[in-house]
Amino acid sequence: MSELLVPFAYDYMLKAMWVSALVGGVCAFLSAYLMLKGWSLMGDALAHSIVPGVAAAHLLKLPYAVGAFLAGLLAALGMALVRSRSKLREDAVIGIVFTAFFAAGMLMASLNPTSVNIQSIALGNILGISDGDARQVVVIAAISLLILAASWKDLMLVFFDEAHARAAGLRPELLNVLFFTVLSAMSVAALQTVGALLVIALVVTPGATAYLLTDRFPRLLAISIVLGVVTSFLGAYLSFFLDGATGGVIVVLQTLVFLAAFVLAPKHGLLAQRRLAAARDAGPPDPAARPDGEVPQGFVPRETGP
Amino acid sequence: MLSVEGITVTYPSGTTALRDVTFDLDAGSICGLVGINGSGKSTLFKAIMGFVAPRSGTIRIAGLPVPTALRQGLVAYVPQSEEVDWNFPVLVEDVVMMGRYGHMGFLRRPSALDRAKVDAALARVGLADLRHRQIGELSGGQKKRAFLARAIAQEGRLILLDEPFTGVDVKTEAAIVELLGELRAEGRLMLVSTHNLGSVPDFCDRVVLILRTVLAAGPTAETFTQANLQRAFGGTLRHFRLEGASLHDDADARGLSVLTDDERPLVFYGDRASLAEAPPQTSDAAPADAPAAGEKP
Ligand SMILES: Nc1ncnc2c1ncn2[C@@H]1O[C@H](COP(=O)(O)OP(=O)(O)OP(=O)(O)O)[C@@H](O)[C@H]1O
Ligand SMILES: [Mg+2]
Repeated sequence: MSELLVPFAYDYMLKAMWVSALVGGVCAFLSAYLMLKGWSLMGDALAHSIVPGVAAAHLLKLPYAVGAFLAGLLAALGMALVRSRSKLREDAVIGIVFTAFFAAGMLMASLNPTSVNIQSIALGNILGISDGDARQVVVIAAISLLILAASWKDLMLVFFDEAHARAAGLRPELLNVLFFTVLSAMSVAALQTVGALLVIALVVTPGATAYLLTDRFPRLLAISIVLGVVTSFLGAYLSFFLDGATGGVIVVLQTLVFLAAFVLAPKHGLLAQRRLAAARDAGPPDPAARPDGEVPQGFVPRETGP
Repeated sequence: MLSVEGITVTYPSGTTALRDVTFDLDAGSICGLVGINGSGKSTLFKAIMGFVAPRSGTIRIAGLPVPTALRQGLVAYVPQSEEVDWNFPVLVEDVVMMGRYGHMGFLRRPSALDRAKVDAALARVGLADLRHRQIGELSGGQKKRAFLARAIAQEGRLILLDEPFTGVDVKTEAAIVELLGELRAEGRLMLVSTHNLGSVPDFCDRVVLILRTVLAAGPTAETFTQANLQRAFGGTLRHFRLEGASLHDDADARGLSVLTDDERPLVFYGDRASLAEAPPQTSDAAPADAPAAGEKP
């Protein structure tokens, strides 16, 4: 029993677990939105785009997070710009912008080999994160969380129906920029937790899982965040025993939950859909399904025809 | 209420979709926006919604410039079906609640009044029973009604409807038309783009005919004429004319013209517009004594 509590006895483990949970939660928040727009790969693109920013920050002796954030923001806005000014589809735009940034990063790193530890960028190193870096991550995540908590409904409206958002007096362009700024910032934070290769999982999997479990956005958001927090916390905890890369453990956990939802979800799951199809073939028709012609009460259509 | 003055809209690709468009509409009216595919109807809506900025000219809504009017929630928009993501995880009632956002505070928490308005709007379009459905789980006609309910809940003064009758059966169409009539009585202005020529005289008291620019605008009875329609539609309008011996046994000189774009045909008997399927009942635009189609006069 007491063996299970060992990780809590180490300061670095406590730090890793709390920071992971926070980052995982905020990334999951973002995942609920990204997935809806078919922008899931954006997270991956941003994480890779950050590399030249890190290299440049080293060269210029700036804090690591500043360079990373600026590079990420530049990439996000670049993608938004190419997208709005050309007919290219999202996947092509994302592919072009992020490979360009990543290539620039690799080039800078190879010209100046000592400047960046590519390994720790690719895989993250939350167990060995310095106090200063941890503080940076916590501040970024906390500010992001505040912004998202204040504007989640406005963002939902913009993502669902930009024209109506405008009609409701919102400023869709502004909210889009806000969203991508937060996304860039969180990519930097997630990079240090799970590494560039796995940021994509944090900003996609929890939202995709929640999408299978509910039809209501507020609930989707809540489920997604809880999943992100729990799996990240648990992942960091387990990585103590497994002696493995924290990012890998977190993402494996998230994937397991996704698979469970994929099969078992009450309405959109594999089993439920099979059950529904069987019921439709055998039983009487669904009483809730009414043909459109039968207009429900309270709605009296005018007589047509002579 | 809505005043469009000499606007020209050019897309970044170089297409000038609208040139020098001018018209004026008062509150308490339903205006049909009629024109062929690509004539600029959706572009006009986009300009009124502030999505594309006119290269020249001005649009004023209730005397205000577009951004101010939008910020005050004066304009409600019922989108074309293709523009909506039907897989989005929102319920019917959530969509209608979105109409209230402009009335809510910073954190967008619905008040009791907001909830009451949503309930009322749902009841009015007959979707109260289906309010807990995911939005994509509705039929085509029900979807239209859901977005109409959102516009009602928003209490906009100007309601834009882009082709609200595509994929809607006659019964639902009649119900939507009736609802629009009620909204007109409340003093709202509706601008409705439609290819459904047959029903235009039935519910629109004004018509704007466009083809890149305004060909004619004014009260339906004067504007929605065969001559104007032929200018607006050119060769794309199917036109059937019956007269003389094929229509009458006597020497009656009147002929029957059937004009159709793609939906309900528009019938001219003599010089007057009528409906192919239903005689007009509440419309104040079409003459009340027009004969129903199918009846041989
Ligand atoms: N985003 C765009 N970029 C460039 N040109 C466009 C764009 N949208 C529309 N157009 C062009 O502007 C013109 C008007 O298009 P619009 O969509 O306003 O027509 P419409 O009257 O709504 O047609 P429909 O009846 O088919 O809906 C067309 O020639 C179209 O090709
Ligand atoms: Mg159109």
